Amino acid sequence: MNTKHSSGTEKPAFFDEMILPDGTNRPPYAEVARWLESQTRPMIQRKQQEAASIFRRLGITFAVYGREEANERLIPFDLIPRIISASEWRFLERGIEQRVRALNAFLHDIYHRQEIVRAGRVPESLINDNEAFLPEMVGFDPPHGVYSHIIGTDIVRTGENQFFVLEDNLRTPSGVSYMIENREAMMHLFPDLFSKHRVRPVERYPEMLRQTLESVAPSGCDGDPVIAVLTPGIFNSAYFEHAFLADQMGVELVQGSDLFVENGALYMRTIRGKNRVDVIYRRVDDAYLDPLAFDPTSMLGVPGLFDLYRAGRVTIVNAPGTGIADDKAIYAYVPEIIEFYTGEKPILNNVPTWRCGVAEELAYVLDHLPELVVKEVHGSGGYGMLVGPAASKKELADFAARLKARPSNYIAQPTLALSTCPAATVTGFAPRHVDLRPYVLVGDRVRITPGGLTRVALKKGSLVVNSSQGGGTKDTWVLED
Amino acid sequence: MLGRTAASLFWMSRYIERAENIARLTEVGYRISLTPDVGFGHREDWKSTLIAAACLDGFMAKYETISAEKVQQWLLFDRDNPASVRSCLETARNNGRAVRTALTREMWEALNSTWIEFSAIKPADLAAGRLPEFLDWVRMRSNLFRGSLLGTLLRDEGYYFSQLGAFVERADNTARILDVKYYVLLPSNETVGGELDAYQWETILRSVSAHRSYRHVYKDRYRPWNVAEFLILRHEMPRSLRFCYNWVDRSLEGLHALTGNGTAGCEQAARLHGELRQAGMDDIFQSGLHEFLFDFMARNNAVSATIARDFHFN
Repeated sequence: MNTKHSSGTEKPAFFDEMILPDGTNRPPYAEVARWLESQTRPMIQRKQQEAASIFRRLGITFAVYGREEANERLIPFDLIPRIISASEWRFLERGIEQRVRALNAFLHDIYHRQEIVRAGRVPESLINDNEAFLPEMVGFDPPHGVYSHIIGTDIVRTGENQFFVLEDNLRTPSGVSYMIENREAMMHLFPDLFSKHRVRPVERYPEMLRQTLESVAPSGCDGDPVIAVLTPGIFNSAYFEHAFLADQMGVELVQGSDLFVENGALYMRTIRGKNRVDVIYRRVDDAYLDPLAFDPTSMLGVPGLFDLYRAGRVTIVNAPGTGIADDKAIYAYVPEIIEFYTGEKPILNNVPTWRCGVAEELAYVLDHLPELVVKEVHGSGGYGMLVGPAASKKELADFAARLKARPSNYIAQPTLALSTCPAATVTGFAPRHVDLRPYVLVGDRVRITPGGLTRVALKKGSLVVNSSQGGGTKDTWVLED
Repeated sequence: MLGRTAASLFWMSRYIERAENIARLTEVGYRISLTPDVGFGHREDWKSTLIAAACLDGFMAKYETISAEKVQQWLLFDRDNPASVRSCLETARNNGRAVRTALTREMWEALNSTWIEFSAIKPADLAAGRLPEFLDWVRMRSNLFRGSLLGTLLRDEGYYFSQLGAFVERADNTARILDVKYYVLLPSNETVGGELDAYQWETILRSVSAHRSYRHVYKDRYRPWNVAEFLILRHEMPRSLRFCYNWVDRSLEGLHALTGNGTAGCEQAARLHGELRQAGMDDIFQSGLHEFLFDFMARNNAVSATIARDFHFN
């Protein structure tokens, strides 16, 4: 019986991170490809089981919590690393830094003089009528002028030098705990591989996060700033990550009920009495931060927190109101935004996007509907979305009617040929589509962790990398020269 | 440490201890129900179990009549009963999960695997005489949790809050078991110290796994007087009120040394502990066992409330 874990069962049909069309391997993968050749199926299966038990033990799970459900689910982990060369990473890093600086400048501008609107580069209605625009933030200056401190930039690749930003995720991006624990698991499972590569470390992320949070403490804060991670609580699906980050940074994990505002300061209740808090890394949405300022029914927030923030007595990370800059309607304008604030051409491209609110772009979209993906500008999670190539004639016709009725509610993008990377499947190694989410920290300076979270669509042919739909993750290696 | 973290550690341990005690009480009820009626007139074994578990009112609100099956369901599996083994294990785990970073990995695994295994058990599985096996399992899981706590947890604030929860709960439970014996099981025409109910006293000892250690201490058959002394005053008996208060007292002193906080609770606990060390059984029976136990439970609750206040539990 042939137990070879062959990679020959499925040939890549798209740009593949490892295998070139002529069957040779791309240089960053040379060593890993040799290693894969030597692996048998039972060896891989054993390692796969070992990986699952490591994750369960570490508790890296995302919770599906009902009263009946005690098992947290594990996100499938694929053993084959996704590898990025030093030069590719330099390029990505420059592009990401340019982008996050421009988006923070944009946020500062739209909550102040709105020069970009005055200059006619972004329509006024897109800002001021946008639900994600928070009028309460107008005129306020956060420390260092930073609004979005913790960013997960979703990047896809379609060719050797073709990278595109798919989403900016400027609110409360999650998944960074997987980036760190995936590396832990890989180093445990395959120490030999690490001795044959110079892989840049990712485990400094919590330290860098702490430095970033300290750097944006209120100006009046004397001594070491006290930091806390604010979680909605144990029933939140990302609760483990909240606890993980607090633990790794050595700061308290708090819930709204642990905090209170008194005499112009924020405190947490400790066993020694009240303890001042200077910086809140919140994993709670804007609407629930403060029942006095936003949703009055919220039990998750802290009454009076927002006033305190506006008075500069505490820093909220990320700032409220950052959602306006990762809105899908704004996304289409990001190239203009980068040029407007940096005077440079964008290094990383957007996915080409047609704004249906513009008459000639709508005409193009209606003509090419079967090949496009059309999204609602405020929708998320795939709701109200049309995937042209997968839609029936009737669905296309229905959607065209909706488009014509409310064109400015939609954007359209080409169906992207996402790159693939080999993954271990039940029948052998096979190419599966991947994306990449590097994690970016913005405080006194920009800190980018070399690596990120690679999500992989484990179903054959699937382009959907979400964990809720059969997606998994891979360790992501950035190599040194 | 956050007040909420302290509260969660305290309640996590309390609920694990409570789950164990509910299992012990259920075992007593089960044993009594298996023994032939020894002539006390009407038998209200399961009712006394419900009273000892402080679960009678809730039970009667849901069911109109008492039967072994209903009581077992209520004590072990019912979600409507906040003190059922199920509710206790779930609440303990949720408290632990809320303070994951304050637990050691082994403590978390003990809590988590207990809850996962419990969730797989169906009440119907316990028919056919498998109840004792299940009750043993609950005790073993409590032992596992305690063992991992004692073996791995740093001796700082977290440790003391966990110990406080366990011993406040255990003291309450021991007092309650004795008290139920006193005013429910005792036939009205019997005086305390009579001989008729020796068998049931033995059962009480069994419920705290002390029927054999009793013999080591007293070298005598079960005498109510001695049983009460054993469970209240003996410092070497790990479920006695005095033993528990020795721990409550020491834990509060430890917390006071670490935090400079908790003076009021320290004083209350020290006074109660001191009284238990001084007391003799003659005085207790003279002034009334029930009155003594009732007073103890009230003061134990007061200590718990003072701890919550001193250390900002909410």
